[in-house]
Amino acid sequence: MLRSFRSYQLLIALLMLATAFSASIVLGQTSISLKTAYQAFTQYDPTVIDHIIITTTRLSRALTAIFVGSALAVAGALMQALTRNPLASPGILGINAGALFGIVLSATLFSVASLQYYVWIAFTGAGIAGGMVYCLGAIGRDGLTPVKLVLAGAAITALFVSFTQGLLVVNQEGLDSILFWLAGSVAGRSLEIITPVLPFITLMLVASLLLGRHINILISGEDVARGLGQRTVMMKWLMGLIVVGLAGSAVAIAGNIAFVGLIVPHMARAMFGTDYRWMLPGCAMLGATLLLAADIMARFLIMPQEVPIGVMTALLGTPFFIFLARRGMTSGKKREVQYG
Amino acid sequence: MYPLVSQSLSLGYDGKLIINNLDLNIPEARITVFVGSNGCGKSTLLKSFARLLKPQQGSVLLDGEAIQKQSTRQVAKKLAILPQGPAAPEGLTVYQLVQQGRYPHQGWLQQWSEEDERVVNRALKSTDMHELMHRTVDSLSGGQRQRAWIAMTLAQDTNILLLDEPTTYLDLTHQIEILDLLYDLNERENKTIVMVLHDLNLACRYAHHIVAVNNRTVYTQGLPERVITEKTVKDVFHLDCHITQDPLFGTPMCIPHGKGRHVREKAKRTDKNSQDTYEAAVA
Repeated sequence: MLRSFRSYQLLIALLMLATAFSASIVLGQTSISLKTAYQAFTQYDPTVIDHIIITTTRLSRALTAIFVGSALAVAGALMQALTRNPLASPGILGINAGALFGIVLSATLFSVASLQYYVWIAFTGAGIAGGMVYCLGAIGRDGLTPVKLVLAGAAITALFVSFTQGLLVVNQEGLDSILFWLAGSVAGRSLEIITPVLPFITLMLVASLLLGRHINILISGEDVARGLGQRTVMMKWLMGLIVVGLAGSAVAIAGNIAFVGLIVPHMARAMFGTDYRWMLPGCAMLGATLLLAADIMARFLIMPQEVPIGVMTALLGTPFFIFLARRGMTSGKKREVQYG
Repeated sequence: MYPLVSQSLSLGYDGKLIINNLDLNIPEARITVFVGSNGCGKSTLLKSFARLLKPQQGSVLLDGEAIQKQSTRQVAKKLAILPQGPAAPEGLTVYQLVQQGRYPHQGWLQQWSEEDERVVNRALKSTDMHELMHRTVDSLSGGQRQRAWIAMTLAQDTNILLLDEPTTYLDLTHQIEILDLLYDLNERENKTIVMVLHDLNLACRYAHHIVAVNNRTVYTQGLPERVITEKTVKDVFHLDCHITQDPLFGTPMCIPHGKGRHVREKAKRTDKNSQDTYEAAVA
């Protein structure tokens, strides 16, 4: 019975996602009717302006939001499981900072300006930063512990941020090219740029779903998980690789979009419970829906201009973050009492 | 037959030696209790028996085979360990927690089987957690929570059960409740139980075999009434005490010296008839 109840919930989440997707296609500076939108896919007519808008900008924009949203949300959920810290998000692994540094470095030193290259450079930067955090966090007797991971993440983030700032002081022209990554955006990405990344994100999402049952064991604690026969070191590496893959590709195609990786896992937990087998697919759908909704709102808030989507998610996310931190503090106190 | 054996086992970390060249046999279908002062290495020793810690030298044999050569999952099918003060994720129900005990018996994609369900129900029943199975673990009292964790290790369906201070943070009532449960499990299901306990008197009452750990090795081991003496307590815990018989069970009972209020007149440290004198004084 519980199982079918959860299936209904996933169905509702899917419906919400579909609604947000349709809204993202039809709403904007030029409103397009659903019928016209439907025709743009079934009987495309290059002379109709609305059709052109849909295929050139709206569709790629919606797809970017869906993939980036679910990638960030799932990466966040994995990070929270990996660090056993409800306030963790992919950003604390130094991934965003690494990606940003890669872009600034290539823009200032090698004068790279093509968006397509940026995607791959950001990805490499994210991977290098993630790898450094992992190696740094794994030093020592007890291997990768949550605290060491977070400390290493903070150190590497600080390192890459100061590198980036140093480069920008030397070469201020580079500033323009990274503003996009700083604020984050799902607009202005053509399908050609994002399609190479999409299969990769899909693969990582599927891999994370397969890990659900094993993550349930890991979050009960290292010794418990090993006592139950889990190879925890391998699990943690696997999860870390997926986080770097997901967050790295999200940053690469959409820049620094804050808070999705932090708040969506909590929304998903509230809706679907702590069982990662249900929570992760829920996370992916909620993350996609949230980013689609934020993108739609970003179009209307200061029309005809657009609010950067990273600003939009931060606007939505900050109050939630504070609420969460306060609640986390009180429940933390409760736990202390329980364990004497 | 000894299901768990250590052979010239040396344990330690960060260059610090904690257990040195130890040979120890854990008797089958008995309750073995490790006692010793804080930091003497009894928890470390327990961990190495569960393959949670790699020996620096020597080996641990599980069912006659080196434990390091067996896979984590193989070990988890033969032996369950409950670490000290485990914390369940927020919102997890007792039933979900106990289900986790089936983890080593499942493959990567294998579905939940009837066998799994049967073992989980049996574990819930023998820990008396059946009625609480849909409650969340964090909403339970300390004793109930510990019972839920023990149910999880029972769902692993192993003959050997290791527990690291299962009664820590529990009040006296719940300590007895947990130890009674473990005693029953040993009696009914012949489980080999190895645990670390702090309370020497309770250790003497429940253990068939007591192991006093001190100075990187085993100071003494055997039947509590044979090995727990004033000298043992002095050497292992650095405590002066008087050993008498538990008035209910007849097992050794340790009464520490030290300071405090003397109600009885002219109390003497080595008074053999302390009980009688006390009653006389009160009367």
